[in-house]
Amino acid sequence: MIQHNDLILRTTTSLIAFILFGFSIYLFLAGHSAPGGGFIGGLMTSAAILLMYMAYGNKAVSKILPINYRMLIPIGLSVAILTSVGSFLFGQPFLSHTYGYFYLPVFGEKELATAVLFDLGVYLTVVGITMTIILTIASDR
Amino acid sequence: MSTLLETSQQLIQIVAVLCMVVISLSIILLLYRVIFGPTNPDRAIALDTIGINLMALAGLVAVLLLTTKFNDVILLIGILLFIGTIAIAKFIEKGVIIDRDLD
Repeated sequence: MIQHNDLILRTTTSLIAFILFGFSIYLFLAGHSAPGGGFIGGLMTSAAILLMYMAYGNKAVSKILPINYRMLIPIGLSVAILTSVGSFLFGQPFLSHTYGYFYLPVFGEKELATAVLFDLGVYLTVVGITMTIILTIASDR
Repeated sequence: MSTLLETSQQLIQIVAVLCMVVISLSIILLLYRVIFGPTNPDRAIALDTIGINLMALAGLVAVLLLTTKFNDVILLIGILLFIGTIAIAKFIEKGVIIDRDLD
């Protein structure tokens, strides 16, 4: 039996996983007027978590990230539904959204839209479903 | 001076279209290697090269459409390709992708 050595993979993973998390947050915030959005941001986040699983094994990453990915699916779906139903409070049709220009302390004047709250629900649902599928297949013997 | 500019623009467009045709032919040849490849390492290398050709196609489309929005797409294809290549390499070496318990 050959002793396997994953030194290069482990060392680069500790650097690349953070870059992938940062890129996923950028993609999540850049949506709606540029390429990006909740779906592809969730896919990038699950790719980063999957890279950590491949480098460090199931036991170690389950200890670092004690998240039950099945619970993310109902949480994300209820966030999406609540933001959709919230438009009834203002007498608007289902799923209608609005935006405005606000002054933020560091970033200056920025456009903030309520569609990003719906995108947050999509993000959580995509992360939950992707990680559930991959971990279920991986733990099947 | 303006005729020189127009000529160079036409030249860039013609070269980009020609490169897209040649890269598409290369992807078709690589698909043959993926489907009928004799061994699994052949398929791994062919899938890796298909991804590189897809990145090149996205860059050429960005040149043709005069936009910078495709840079995120190229970076995204590269990252997904990296993870896929690591998964295939680990499967060929160990037979398991996510270990239950290392050490």
